[in-house]
Amino acid sequence: MSKKAFRPDVDAPEWRGGYTPYDIIKEGTIALLVVAILTIALAVVFGSPDVKAVTLKRWANAAPVDFAATALSELNGTSTSASYGAPYNKNSTGQQLGPLQLAKWVGVRIPIDAATAFVLDPLRSLPNQSTLSGDLTQWKTASNGTRQQWITSYTKAATKMKFQAGQVVVNANNAGPVPVFINDLTQMARSGALDQDLVTSNGFYTTDYTLPLLFIADGSYLENLATAQHLTGSQWGMMNETGSYPGQAWLWLYTFWYQVPPFNQSGNGDVLVWGLMMVLTAGLILMPFIPGLRSIPRKTRVYRLIWREHYKE
Amino acid sequence: MSTTEVDRQWTTRLRRRATAKLPPEKLLPDTQPSYVASWIYVFGVTTLAALIVVIATGCLLAIRGPQWWHGSYIGHFVNSMHLWSVEIFFFAMVIHLWGKYFMAAWRGGRSLTWVTGGVTFLVSILTAFTGYVSQTNFDAQWISTQAKDGINATGGGAYFNVLNLGQMLMWHIVLLPIAAVVLTALHVLLVRVKGVVPPFADTSDAS
Repeated sequence: MSKKAFRPDVDAPEWRGGYTPYDIIKEGTIALLVVAILTIALAVVFGSPDVKAVTLKRWANAAPVDFAATALSELNGTSTSASYGAPYNKNSTGQQLGPLQLAKWVGVRIPIDAATAFVLDPLRSLPNQSTLSGDLTQWKTASNGTRQQWITSYTKAATKMKFQAGQVVVNANNAGPVPVFINDLTQMARSGALDQDLVTSNGFYTTDYTLPLLFIADGSYLENLATAQHLTGSQWGMMNETGSYPGQAWLWLYTFWYQVPPFNQSGNGDVLVWGLMMVLTAGLILMPFIPGLRSIPRKTRVYRLIWREHYKE
Repeated sequence: MSTTEVDRQWTTRLRRRATAKLPPEKLLPDTQPSYVASWIYVFGVTTLAALIVVIATGCLLAIRGPQWWHGSYIGHFVNSMHLWSVEIFFFAMVIHLWGKYFMAAWRGGRSLTWVTGGVTFLVSILTAFTGYVSQTNFDAQWISTQAKDGINATGGGAYFNVLNLGQMLMWHIVLLPIAAVVLTALHVLLVRVKGVVPPFADTSDAS
């Protein structure tokens, strides 16, 4: 039987050289102490960032027109969430990876009707609001065509939306109950009641912030704050964190693709980046089995630097 | 009880297999091959040390709950230690990974050691990510609302909802740390079983 040929990128030569004393427990203990001391030193010197979370109350008080315009976009279906597609609704086919419509195939698993979840349900939760109750009934009993007519009239006039004397002002005719909806929701948000309503809509105990986060992300306020903190996608996005901290620097390659074409110009950018990263990740993990890639270490000869003492001998 | 009966016990079989694969002198060696003499070897044990500090500081944060650190000086300091130990962990891990790549450390039947290391790296990234979105502050809001689009585009967002704090926190403090610790233990045991990869033979680099 012939002996199998030695493959230098797969097989390793048997070590026939010498051995030196090695105290693994001592090495581990010293490493732990050094890392602990370094951690404490970095924590003392640099601390950690903790910028307070944005609330709907803060947003509606700081930028009431942006809030009201976002509320309108939830009602008229033009917000990011309202037109998102899966997993929230069916209002878009979502992104595609070639012929693969992954999100659409998985379907709507976190159903959100933006108009109902962000505007109508919160307004219904307000007690003792006789005008609003009447308007909600008017909305409920109106035909879809009439509702659309009201929304269109209000949306057209809302380009000149103002916030005066604590009220949302839009000079819209034939807008039905929409002006009351938008103004009352803005007042509700300014009082803090909307924050509570969106997280407790499914019960007293909750840990799910999907609704308020989607609503806040639909507006410009959060993004403006993020831009000021250099956190937007074109500024290497989510790998950063507020202040001058390293953030998730290990996500550099993932974030890098968002900075370059075609990923930063494609409507399918997210799924393209994810697809590419999955291929690269599989390549990393399966490196030992990929001819060519597994030869790079031997051919670049960086190992001679690592084992320079050995090769000197 | 007869000797044969003892020999057939699952416990006996497992102990014999385990000690044959990994005798005490391999598990806790007191010598090492002379080629293990480079600064690059420090980063594996540094990664392990940092993981211990990460887990310890995470446990301290868990004692008083996820929002304690916002209103407590001590809590904020513990959070800072958690953050910086994570940074050290990834710094050491990435250098360890590159070092092992240039050593082609998968050679000599060590493929599974490489694979477990690679998967541990991925699990660690996911663990850190779920930590970032569980901070209950502005960073958590921004990172989660940005990240949702990528995950949703793959269909994964339907089951892994980054806007659901409860889900993310549970993954961060239970599921992923268990996975990371088990994978790390497996990785270290494989290193002990197979030993540290020897250098390329002098003749092989030119081929």
